[in-house]
Amino acid sequence: MVSEHITSSGERPLAFDEATRTRERQFWLGLYEQMLTIRLFEEQVNELYMSAKMPGLAHLYSGEEAVAVGVCAALRRDDYITSTHRGHGHCLAKGAAVDRMFAELLGKQPGYCRGKGGSMHIADQESGNLGANAIVGGSAGIATGAALSCKRRGSGQVVACFFGDGALGQGLLYEAMNMAALWQLPVIYVCENNLYNEYTPNRETTAGDMLARPRAFGIQTEEVDGQDVRAVYAAAVRLVERARRGEGPAYLQCNTYRFYGHHVGDIQRSYYRAREEEEWWKAQRDPLKILSSWLREQGLAEERHFAEIERRVRALIEAGVRFALEAPYPDPQEVAQHVYA
Amino acid sequence: MSMPSVSSAASAPQAPEGWREITLGQAIREALAEEMRRDPRVLLLGEDVAEAGTPFKVLSGLVEEFGPERVIDTPISEAGFTGIGVGLAMTGMRPVVDIMFGDFLTLAMDQIVNQAAKVHYMSGGKLKVPLVVRTTLGATRRSAAQHSQSLHAWFSHVPGLKVVLPSTPYDAKGLLKTAIRDDNPVLFFEDKMMYQLKGLVPAGEYTIPFGVADIKREGSDLTIVATSSMVQVALAAASALEQLGISAEVIDPRTTSPLDKQTLIESARKTSRVIVVDEGYQSYGVTAEIAAVINEGAFYYLDAPVKRLGALDVPVPFSPVLEDLTVPTPDAVVEMARTLCGRA
Ligand SMILES: Cc1ncc(C[n+]2csc(CCOP(=O)(O)OP(=O)(O)O)c2C)c(N)n1
Repeated sequence: MVSEHITSSGERPLAFDEATRTRERQFWLGLYEQMLTIRLFEEQVNELYMSAKMPGLAHLYSGEEAVAVGVCAALRRDDYITSTHRGHGHCLAKGAAVDRMFAELLGKQPGYCRGKGGSMHIADQESGNLGANAIVGGSAGIATGAALSCKRRGSGQVVACFFGDGALGQGLLYEAMNMAALWQLPVIYVCENNLYNEYTPNRETTAGDMLARPRAFGIQTEEVDGQDVRAVYAAAVRLVERARRGEGPAYLQCNTYRFYGHHVGDIQRSYYRAREEEEWWKAQRDPLKILSSWLREQGLAEERHFAEIERRVRALIEAGVRFALEAPYPDPQEVAQHVYA
Repeated sequence: MSMPSVSSAASAPQAPEGWREITLGQAIREALAEEMRRDPRVLLLGEDVAEAGTPFKVLSGLVEEFGPERVIDTPISEAGFTGIGVGLAMTGMRPVVDIMFGDFLTLAMDQIVNQAAKVHYMSGGKLKVPLVVRTTLGATRRSAAQHSQSLHAWFSHVPGLKVVLPSTPYDAKGLLKTAIRDDNPVLFFEDKMMYQLKGLVPAGEYTIPFGVADIKREGSDLTIVATSSMVQVALAAASALEQLGISAEVIDPRTTSPLDKQTLIESARKTSRVIVVDEGYQSYGVTAEIAAVINEGAFYYLDAPVKRLGALDVPVPFSPVLEDLTVPTPDAVVEMARTLCGRA
């Protein structure tokens, strides 16, 4: 694992020989590739939706990629996550495959849930994904229960519970945090503060200081720039390792922004947020640009590296979409299967 | 295996070899203790479950044997600890969550209905939720509207959940063991007036499968389908009807989801007259579903429409005189049976 070469602030250590540089480059380019995979995945989702090939709703994650990728890079494959209605990024960052993700989004049989979950309910036991959740805040209990299970079994696993700032309005989150703190459970509550609860700015929905809430339970709390994957990763490593050592839960607030609307059909947005605001975030605070600029400045990567990655990711996405479009729908008899185990 | 007899019936027979008489509360405790000894993944959690053993003392002694790591006192957070139960169940444990009064299920509805019941299906069969939610139902404790409801029909309505309503210590023990071993979320409803009810259970290990109704008493003129504490009401009514020369069969479905339709239909075909008694609100309740099942399966055998008796459709009142009017009584069942059999 490359993480041992990265100090807690995300900066390079002083001793920086060639071997280390190569490992550094590979590590950060790996995260860049994951973020780009999510970005291009979402572009395709947008297209599938706009061309009426995708049923249901699509909540795009574009703009927030550094959060999922930074946190999941600090996790082991057998660690757990729970996700949200805006969950494609979390699922991919935790290790889901692009083709089966697309298949699920189209309601096809080879999808992660055999087409029964769809965009908002993707779960994948193999990559430790306990499921996206279409109930805002709904997975706070599940994540906390999974953490109690990890502790009971002495498995050394930890849990990351992703949710948007809108979930701060839900009581379940505080019930769960109370128990996680009382019982010192290995769970990281990851708040993706993208400033809006659907169509309402969170200054109209969330009283007081957001961070004071977890702190009141005695939970270790950090706030990071959610557009900088290095900052997210460094904080996640600190909090995950702490949790793994048995030092209890943490709350990580990642300040971020969604580039698109609440869902793909949310096009007229001027009544709740200004176009200039959106343009500023896209131009100045794009997590992909922030990482690639840093890598260039450090002389760790150059144009050809990024071009190579883009070629690879585009090919992967293209093949994934083709796979999903050609995949069969579930057999009608599956409608009555899996109601009971 | 079927229970030999209900001990509260007038003439208690000799206990068969190896059978013991215990209360329903003890039956629950024995089932939990035996399952916890058998399977280290079984955990109990809820409010005041450890040293206090719950307000009904049903769990007394378990924390002494299994320790606070497995008998876990939670804060007063029904949604939170039920959700924690779902997460435990999804990741290799077999939690039994205690909701102190059935009325408080309302606080955990999202976790039970939208989360626990849906996970297996939504994941295309990959994730499982072997969770048991134990709680109470039943009025007649003068506890008024927020501590008296019987809300089992709600959960019977939701695919993905199983719903169990034991009426005897024998059934309670065998069904709870089955619930703990089941890979699905199970709602286990215990009538809070029945914890002291005594009955016979075998000394050895046994379980009772879900979806198998029990014929609590055989009869030929009339079928009374009854759930939970209403089984005792039905048996009392059947004894009174016997004096009037009416032979009533009493059938206890034991689980409303899955529901043993076959046994209900067969009994209706045999007797041609049916009364369904349940302590949930009558409208849109379990009695309606069972009546519909019998109409669909036995219509041409019936001499009269299926009759129903549920709780009065009112919030349960406090005053004893009023509260007693809300719950089906043996007299009401007898009255209905006489009319149904043309002996009014
Ligand atoms: C319990 C619940 N209430 C309302 C909704 C409808 N809804 C879906 S997403 C959303 C906004 C969520 O905002 P936030 O948690 O900040 O997440 P974001 O969409 O910004 O990622 C709402 C209100 C829901 N899915 N669940």
